[in-house]
Amino acid sequence: MKLAYWMYAGPAHIGTLRVASSFKNVHAIMHAPLGDDYFNVMRSMLERERDFTPVTASIVDRYVLARGSQEKVVENITRKDQEEKPDLIVLTPTCTSSILQEDLQNFIRRAQTTTDSDILLADVNHYRVNEFQAADRTLEQIVSFYVQSNSGDIARTKKASANILGILTLGFHHQHDCREIYRLLKDLDIKINLIIPEGCAVTDLYKLPQAWINIVPYREIGLMAAKFLEKEYKMPYVSITPMGLVETASWITQVCEKTNSQINYQKYIDHQTRFVSQAAWFSRSIDCQNLTGKKALVFGDATHAAAMTKILVREMGINVCCAGTYCQHDGDWFREQVQAFCDQVLITDDHTRVGNMIAEIEPAAIFGTQMERHVGKRLDIPCGVISAPIHIQNFPLSYRPFLGYEGTNQIADLVYNSFTLGMEDHLLEIFGGHDVKTVITQKLSTDNNLTWDPAAIAELKKIPGFVRNRIKRNTEKYARSQKVDQITVEVMYAAKEALAA
Amino acid sequence: MPFTETLKFECETGNYHTFCPISCVAWLYQKISDSFFLVIGTKTCGYFLQNALGVMIFAEPRYAMAELEEGDISAQLHDFDELKRLCVQIYQDRNPSVIVWIGTCTTEIIKMDLEGMAPKIEQIIGCPIIVARANGLDYAFTQGEDTVLAAMAHRCPVIQTKQNQEDQAPLVLFGSLPNTVAEQLTRELANQGIKVSGWLPESRYEELPQLGSGVYVCGVNPFLSRTATTLMRRRKCQLIGAPFPIGPDGTRAWIEKICKVFDIQPQDLDQRENNIWESLQPYISLIKGRSVFFMGDNLLEISLARFLVRCGMIVYEIGIPYMDKRFQASELNLLEKTCQQMNVSMPRIVEKPDNYNQVQRIRALQPDLVITGLAHSNPLEARGITTKWSVEFTFAQIHGFTNARDILELVTRPLRRNNHLKDFGSAKRALVRTL
Repeated sequence: MKLAYWMYAGPAHIGTLRVASSFKNVHAIMHAPLGDDYFNVMRSMLERERDFTPVTASIVDRYVLARGSQEKVVENITRKDQEEKPDLIVLTPTCTSSILQEDLQNFIRRAQTTTDSDILLADVNHYRVNEFQAADRTLEQIVSFYVQSNSGDIARTKKASANILGILTLGFHHQHDCREIYRLLKDLDIKINLIIPEGCAVTDLYKLPQAWINIVPYREIGLMAAKFLEKEYKMPYVSITPMGLVETASWITQVCEKTNSQINYQKYIDHQTRFVSQAAWFSRSIDCQNLTGKKALVFGDATHAAAMTKILVREMGINVCCAGTYCQHDGDWFREQVQAFCDQVLITDDHTRVGNMIAEIEPAAIFGTQMERHVGKRLDIPCGVISAPIHIQNFPLSYRPFLGYEGTNQIADLVYNSFTLGMEDHLLEIFGGHDVKTVITQKLSTDNNLTWDPAAIAELKKIPGFVRNRIKRNTEKYARSQKVDQITVEVMYAAKEALAA
Repeated sequence: MPFTETLKFECETGNYHTFCPISCVAWLYQKISDSFFLVIGTKTCGYFLQNALGVMIFAEPRYAMAELEEGDISAQLHDFDELKRLCVQIYQDRNPSVIVWIGTCTTEIIKMDLEGMAPKIEQIIGCPIIVARANGLDYAFTQGEDTVLAAMAHRCPVIQTKQNQEDQAPLVLFGSLPNTVAEQLTRELANQGIKVSGWLPESRYEELPQLGSGVYVCGVNPFLSRTATTLMRRRKCQLIGAPFPIGPDGTRAWIEKICKVFDIQPQDLDQRENNIWESLQPYISLIKGRSVFFMGDNLLEISLARFLVRCGMIVYEIGIPYMDKRFQASELNLLEKTCQQMNVSMPRIVEKPDNYNQVQRIRALQPDLVITGLAHSNPLEARGITTKWSVEFTFAQIHGFTNARDILELVTRPLRRNNHLKDFGSAKRALVRTL
C-alpha cells in the first residue's frame, strides 16, 4: 500500500481507451463499476470533443459480483454492434474487473457468433503497466491483428512514403505536432501513407506495410508497433523526436537516409534553421544572452523532458540543474539521453520528491507538468508546461506545435516568457510591488456610518476571498438603501435575496 | 407528450454516466475541517479524484489514496499492517480528529475487512476511524455522502440532558451543507421559534450532535436515505419526512412540515415565499413554458424538477440513479401536486437510466434544456441541444429561500447565452455551412 496524493501517469485502461477512441469507428466497452467511465468526461471536456466518446461501460455491480457477468458483457457487445456498427469493439478490463478473473476471452468468443464487428480483448495488466505502456501495447495489438489478417500481397508505394505512429486523443499538443510533421514530410517530398491511430479506420490498417518507413515521434506510444512492423515486414523506423533545431535536423537526416531521398536535405535544413525558424537567431540575440547560465529544472514524460533538456542546454545556453522523468519504465533510456546535459537526473513518480528537489535547487524557471506549475506557484518560480498531465488550458485552440521548425519558435517563446515573467516579478518586489489589494476596499466600499456586528464579520470571512469584497459592497449598498446602519447576518441574507428584485 | 394523471416510474439498464461516490470526499473534507479522508483503492480511483477535483488537489488536501498494489491484491502483504502504517503516518503528519476510510470497489471484491480492522487500529493510534463503503458497485455520486453520514451517525454521542416538559424536543438536521447555508436554514427555523440542536455533520467532528430516542431528525438532501434509516433504526430518532428545502416552494413545505411536528403555527411564511417568487420573476420569464430533460446522475433530480415545474417549465423526463420512494415520499407528493396545480403533464421518472436510450429520446423530443453530466454536454451542444452541467447543482448553494435564485441562475445560464449569441456558432444553423 502506498500513500498517494497525485499521480503522473494514469491507470492502464486510460491508455487502451485513448488508442481505441482515437481510431475511427472503433468502440470500447469497459468492464467496470459505475463511475469508472470518467474517461468520457476528460475527452469531452479537455479535447472539447463534439462527438460522443465511443466508450461505454458494461457495469459491474453487486449482481455481477455474486453471479459473474454471464450474459451481460455479451449482451452489451451485441447491442453496441447493432447500435453503432463499429468495425472493431475493444473489450477493456479495468483494475476492478481484472481481480474478478472472469474469462472475458470466452465472452468474446460467444459474442463473435452474433456480431459483425471484430472484437479484441485489451491485453494489459492493470497492476504492472501504466497508461503509456498500455497504450503502446494496445496499438501494437490492434495493428498486428489487422496487418496479419490481410493475406494479400504487400507492395511498397511507388513514391517514398511514411506512416506516423502514435498520434492520439488527449495527447500533449498531438494534433498540432502531427500537422507540423506532415508539413516537414511534404517539403521532403515524402508522402504520408497512414497516420495512426488518430482518425484512421482499422479497415485501412492493412495498408501499413506499403509505406517505406515508420515515424514514431513520441517515445511513449508507438515503438512497440514500429518494432513489430520492422520484424514482420522489414520496415525501418525513425524514433528520433524532431523537437528543437538539432534534433529536427537529425530527424530529417535519418528520414531522408532511410528513404534514400535524392533531395539535398542539408540545404533544406540550413534554410529552415536560419530563416523559417527564429530560434537559432533568437539564441544569438541579446535577449537570449541574458538567459546564459540561468538555472532551470526539467521534468515530464521521457520524450519531452529529454528533448527540452537538450534544447535548453545546447540551443539556449541555460544551465539545467536537474532533468527528470516519471516514466520509470524507460529510465535507462532517459538517463543515457540527458546525462551529458545536466547536473542531476531524477527518475521518480512521486511528486513530493520533485517538489522537494525544486525547493532545494531554487531554479529561475521550471519546465514541467501541471504539478510542477503548482509547485512553482507556491514557491514563486515561473513554470512552462511541456508535458502531460495537463489541464484544459494545454489544449489550445491556436496552432501550437512542439515539433518541427514552427515548434522551435513556440518553445523559444515559452522559455523566454517564463524567464522574463520571473524577472518582472522580481523587479516589482524590489520596487515595492503592485498595490491593487488595498485600493478595492478603501475606495469603493463606502463604510463611514455602517457597523458590522461580530457575527456578520465572521459570516463575511466564510465567503471565498475572490467574491468577498463584492458581497461586502452589495450588502452595504443594500443597508444604506434600507437605512440600516448596523449590519447583522440577517441583513446580509436579506441583501442577497433583494439583489435580483 | 400525452397528458398523464399520475407519476410513472420506470427502470432501465443502469448504463449511465455519473461520478463515482468516492467524490464525496471533495466536499466532506472541506465541511468537516478536522477530518482526514483516506480512500483505499487503486490508481483508477486516484486518477478519478485527481481529475474530478482539479485544483483542490494542489492545496494540500486533507485526503489521500491508500493505493493498493499487486502485493495487496494477492494478499502477499498484510492489510492490517499496511493500513496501520499509513494511519500512523497520517496521524503524525496531520493530527486529525477523525480518519474516515473510504472503501472502494477493490476492497469489496478482495473482501478486505475494513470494519473489523478499524477498531483495532483506532485503539493503537488513539484516533477515531470511521469506515464508509462508498463504492461504485453499490452507489452513485452523492450517495457517497450518505454512506459516510450513516457511518458517522453511530459516533454521535447519546443524548444526555433530561428536558423539561415545556422545552421543545431536540431537532437534528442531517446533510452536509456549506456553513453559510446551514446557518441560513437554522435561522429560518429560529424565526418560527424552532431551535435546531445540531447538524450531522457539524463543521468539526468533535461537535457531532447528540442523538437518541425523543430526538427528531430531518434531512435536507434527497440522497440521504441510508442515513435516515440508520438514525431511525439504530439511534431511535424520529424522522420528519418532508420535501427538501430546495426552491422557495420546497423550503416553505419543509418548514411547514417541521412546524407541524412541533405543533407550531408558521408565521409569515406566505409573505416570505411570495417575496422570493417576486424576486425570481426576471428568471422565470426566461424559462416559462420551456421544456427540460434530466438525464440523471446526482439524486437531486426530483426536487429540482418539482421546483422547475413550479417555475412554469415542462419536465419531460426525470432520470435518477436510485429512487427511494419512502424517503422521498413527501417530495414525490409535492411534485405530483405541483404538476396538477400548474396543469402540466406528469413527467416520467426513470430509475437507473440508459444514456444511449435517453439520447434517442432527447433527439425525438428536442427539449429546450438537458441537464446532464459533462460526458454528454459538449456532444449534445454540438447537435444543437442546449445543456446545463448537472454536477454544478451539487456544488452550488441551492438550499433555502435565500439561494433559490442561485438555482435559476444556473438553469437560465445556457438560455441567456443562447439569447446573447443568437445563432452565432450554433450547430442547428451552422455559421460554417454558409461560409
